[in-house]
Amino acid sequence: MWRNVLIRLASSVLVLWLSVTAAFVALHSLPGKIADILAGDNEYPGLREAIAAEWGLDKSLPEQYLDFIGRLLHGDLGTSYVMRQSVSGVLHSQLWPTVQLAVAAGVIAAVFAITVALLTAGRSALGRRIASTLELVLTSTPVFWIGILLLMAFSFHWRFFPVSGAGGFNALVLPAITLALPTAGILAQVLREAMEKALEQPFVTTVRARGLSETQVRTGHVLRHALLPIVTLGGWLIGGLLGGAVITEKVFGRPGLGTITLNAITSQDVPMVLAVVLLAAFIYVVISTLLDVAYLFIDPRLRT
Amino acid sequence: MTLPSNTLTGAADNTTEIRATARSFTHPPLAIALSSLFLLVLTIALAVPFWITHYDPLVGDVSVGLQGPSAAHWFGTDRLGRDVFARVVYGARYSLLIGLSGMLISLIVGTLLGLIAGMKNRWLDEIASRLFDVLSAFPSVLLALLVIALIGPGLINVAVAIGIAGIPKFGRLVRSQTLLVREADYVRHAVLYGRSRLQTFITHLLPNVLMAIPIVATIDIGSSIMAVSGLSFLGLGPQPPTPEWGVMLAEGRDVLRVAWWPSVFPGIAITLTVISFTVLGSYWQRRFEGRQQP
Repeated sequence: MWRNVLIRLASSVLVLWLSVTAAFVALHSLPGKIADILAGDNEYPGLREAIAAEWGLDKSLPEQYLDFIGRLLHGDLGTSYVMRQSVSGVLHSQLWPTVQLAVAAGVIAAVFAITVALLTAGRSALGRRIASTLELVLTSTPVFWIGILLLMAFSFHWRFFPVSGAGGFNALVLPAITLALPTAGILAQVLREAMEKALEQPFVTTVRARGLSETQVRTGHVLRHALLPIVTLGGWLIGGLLGGAVITEKVFGRPGLGTITLNAITSQDVPMVLAVVLLAAFIYVVISTLLDVAYLFIDPRLRT
Repeated sequence: MTLPSNTLTGAADNTTEIRATARSFTHPPLAIALSSLFLLVLTIALAVPFWITHYDPLVGDVSVGLQGPSAAHWFGTDRLGRDVFARVVYGARYSLLIGLSGMLISLIVGTLLGLIAGMKNRWLDEIASRLFDVLSAFPSVLLALLVIALIGPGLINVAVAIGIAGIPKFGRLVRSQTLLVREADYVRHAVLYGRSRLQTFITHLLPNVLMAIPIVATIDIGSSIMAVSGLSFLGLGPQPPTPEWGVMLAEGRDVLRVAWWPSVFPGIAITLTVISFTVLGSYWQRRFEGRQQP
C-alpha cells in the first residue's frame, strides 16, 4: 500500500522534472532568438553582449540549467521579457480571477452532471436518449461559441449580465456557465454510464431488500459507487478547465491567467508562457497524483 | 498518471452488451445517415466550393455590410459586405484540412513511437512512455499554446501544435495494442513455424495493431477541428481575411452588438462537423468492438 503511494509520488516528481527540463531545452534550442526578442527594435554595438550578460545567457548551458532549476526550487519563475517584471508577481496578481472562474465552472458542471445522471440513469429510454443527445451536443460545441451565444442572448439582447470585465458576481455568471457546459457534458456521460453499471451490481439488490426508497438507493449508494470513475478523470478535467479558461477569458474580455498567456504568446514572451504552462502542469500533476493516492484509500481492490 | 478505468470495474465484459444496446438508442440509424450526409456535403464544399456558391469569400461590397439573412445572402453579410454563406462554405477547406493534418501528425508520430515502445526493448519503452507522460502532463490546449509560443502563430503551425498535443493518445493506444498482439497465439505460432521476425511483424503484428487506429482517428478528427478553431479564434492560426471558421467567429464577436448572423453560422458549422465525426466514430467503434481483441 505505502509502496504504491511512494511509487506514484516518485513517478509524478519524475514527470514534473522531465517537463521542466523539456521546457528549458525548448526555450534554449532557438539560438540567438532570446537576445533578438530582448533587443526588440534597438540596435547598437555591444547591445547583444550586454543583454547576454544581464540575463545570464553568456554562461554555459549546464550552468544556465542549474541556475534555472535553482531559481525554480526557490519559487522564482524568472523575469518577463516584455513586462520586465517578475513572472511570479504577475501570476500572483492574475491568479485569483482564473481560480474563481475555474472553481465556479467546476461546481456548475458537477451539479449539472449529478442531477442529469440521478434523473436519467437506468430510467426510461426516452429520458436517456434526450440526455445523451444533450451531452453529445455539449461536448461537440466549441467553448467560445457557447460563450458568444450566451453573450448574444443574455448580455446584448436581454441585458441581464454585463458584457465584459471581472467585477463581482454578475460578471462571473456567463463565463462560468460557458466554461462549465462542455465539461458538464463529459461528466454527465461518464457518470450516467457508471451509474447504469453500478445499478446492475448485486449490492443494489441487497440495499433494496433492506427497504430503502429508490431515491435513497440512488443518492446514498449507487451515486457514491459511480463517483469513483470520476476521480480518475479529475486531473484531465482540471486540465480542460484551465485550457478552456484561456478561451473563455478572451470571449468575455476577463482578466486572468488566460489573458496573460495569450498576450505572452503574441509577444513571444517565452518565460511568461513557460511559467503559466508549468504552473498548469504542476497543478494538473499534483491533483492527479493526489486523486490516484486517494483512490488507493477509497477502493480496497487496488491495493494489491 | 491515471489508473486505467477497467481495473475498477473488474467484470467489464458482462456489461458491454448492455451498454451497446443502450447506445443503439442514442445513435439511431437516422443520426448515422444525417452525419454521413453532412460529411458528404462538407467534402463537396472542400473540393468544389464554387459548385455550392457563386460568391467570392474574400471580396465584398461594404455598402451592403452587415445585412441580415435574405434570399440573396442566405446567411447575411459580414462587416465588409462579404457573403457569410460563401465564407462558411470555403471555410470547410481550411478547418477540415488543418484539423485533419493535426490529427495525421499525432497519428503518424504517435504510431511510430507506440510501435517502438511496444518492442522488446526496455529502455526504448521507458523513453517513449516517459515522453507520453511529459506530453500529457500539460493540458492539451496549453501544450498547443506552448508550441505556438515557440514556433509562432500561423496556419501550418497550428496543425503542428495540435498534432504534438495529440501524440500521447495514439502512442499509448498503439503501445498497449502492440504489447497485447505480441503475446497472441497466432504471433507465437508464426514464429514457431519459422517465419522471420520481419515477416511476422509485417504480416501478423502490424495489421492487428493498426486495426484499432481508424476508429480513434475518426473520433479524433472532431476534437482536432474543434481545437484548431479554438486556436484560430484566439488569433494564433490563419489570419484574417482567411475564411476559417474560428477566425470568422472572432470577427463576428466584434460585431455581436449589432449582428448575430456572422457569429451563429460558422459556429453551427463547427458543431455539426464535430458531432458528425463523433457519431460516425462511435458507431463504428460499437460495430467493431468485439473484433478488436486479437
